[in-house]
Amino acid sequence: MPDKKLKRVDIIFNEDCNCNEVLTNSLKKSKDEILKEILDSGLRGRGGAGFPTGLKWKFASQEAEKEKYVVCNADEGEPGTFKDREILTRVPLKVFGGMAICAKVIGAKQGYVYLRGEYQFLKADLEKSLEEFHAVLKDIGFDFQIKITMGAGAYICGEESALFESMEGNRGEPRNKPPYPTVSGFRNKPTVINNVETLVDSFMICRIGSQKFMELGTTDSRGSKLFSISGDTPIAGIYELELGMALEDFVEEFGDGDTKAVQVGGASGFCVPRKKFKETIIGFEGVPTGGSMMLFNSSRSMYNVLKNYVEFFEEESCGQCTPCRVGCQQLKKGIEAIKKGEKSASYLKTLQKLAETMKVSSKCGLGQSVANSFSSIVDNFKEEMIY
Amino acid sequence: MPEIKELVTGLADKHGRTRESLLPILQGIITEERFISDDALTEVARELDISAALVYGTATFYSFLDTKPRGKFVIRICRTITCDMKGKKQIINTLEDLLKIRVGETTKDKNFTLLETNCLGWCHKGPAMLINDDVFTELTEDKITEIIRDYMRNI
Repeated sequence: MPDKKLKRVDIIFNEDCNCNEVLTNSLKKSKDEILKEILDSGLRGRGGAGFPTGLKWKFASQEAEKEKYVVCNADEGEPGTFKDREILTRVPLKVFGGMAICAKVIGAKQGYVYLRGEYQFLKADLEKSLEEFHAVLKDIGFDFQIKITMGAGAYICGEESALFESMEGNRGEPRNKPPYPTVSGFRNKPTVINNVETLVDSFMICRIGSQKFMELGTTDSRGSKLFSISGDTPIAGIYELELGMALEDFVEEFGDGDTKAVQVGGASGFCVPRKKFKETIIGFEGVPTGGSMMLFNSSRSMYNVLKNYVEFFEEESCGQCTPCRVGCQQLKKGIEAIKKGEKSASYLKTLQKLAETMKVSSKCGLGQSVANSFSSIVDNFKEEMIY
Repeated sequence: MPEIKELVTGLADKHGRTRESLLPILQGIITEERFISDDALTEVARELDISAALVYGTATFYSFLDTKPRGKFVIRICRTITCDMKGKKQIINTLEDLLKIRVGETTKDKNFTLLETNCLGWCHKGPAMLINDDVFTELTEDKITEIIRDYMRNI
């Protein structure tokens, strides 16, 4: 049984925070002091993959190369996620502040915010906040500049190496790894790329201290997290919650009383059916999420949900590697054929094998994670796939 | 053609002539023209001194860099499951009736193009859509009719 009950937290959007003051004070600290604070906090990336943020910064700081970059990944495209838009609307200075602190640690002079094309309307306000931010940096005498670059409607560009390709003016096709971005990222220089929320968390850890942050959450999932809650819920929206809660408590608070399943982590995440709510923990030790929580009640067809996801992947696959490109097409064709009765129910097993193959043979996270939603929906709602 | 040349030269002056300038230049063309014509593609290739195939290959990768003719206003309806659950289909039906086109088509007067797109990041306020860069959320049949009539009046 999880020991954490659902608890609301107010760190990210906290309005008592004087950003300029926090920034000034933080930049006065030595880079080792900052790094220790971030490492101690146990903060892990908030985009979904959960890599320890402090380690990422440390690796980049150890590179001898003079030219380094900090990139903010604001290519929020995972279905059901909308927290980064809210952060960039309400507390952009905290994001920029997190980038500056990271720049201090790794020794970068230039930062970029890669903003998805769908959020073009945010750009003008962000540019205004940037002016204010640059003025503060100038006062402090810290040499760091941030530029905003725009995406153009490609989900795959949220994958870090695809994002660099896109920034360099190419098709957004993921690179082979290693080398990882901390060694060879944007322009093949050492780069720290963090999710919007991760940068704000780093900034706020510098303000409240790692101890306060660590007190929240569990051993594997320190701190709190923004959740984008949508679907069959009377109170859809963005909520900051402590990590490590049981899905059962979550559904009790946010469900409509008839929740049949929750898709945790968007189309690339996992579907949890009602019978597993109790045992499922939201966090890196259980089901991780970049924040997307979609609730479905018993009036919904899980076949439609799965078909929607597979169509999404089929369209957003960059087409570079065969397992993902052809796999997504075949998964979609396959579930349609079963539904129409053109293929027998046992064909579902073949499709699941295909999804597993994609998991081990696709080049990047997109193709590798299709099996997450595919298998968890097919396993738990087999009848809905067939009849 | 001369206008396109002028536009591309202006964008290249602003964003530079390196490979990294390619996306900002193509995005600039979209802002002005709503799509990237063959003439524009070759002009960009000439301006950056790269092959037209590279420009084409890059542009067609991105769903917002249209290479097919589009209307003055490009409507993109979010097709992700949560918007779908909140009645996306009705919104599309209403739009198809109002504009007398199907999804994927452009009106004869070249004012509107109707498209579907993936998650717009407004799942808690679905159904959502973009008209060019402007966002509209919590759409209803009445609301969408009013929005489109507004756009039609101001053309």
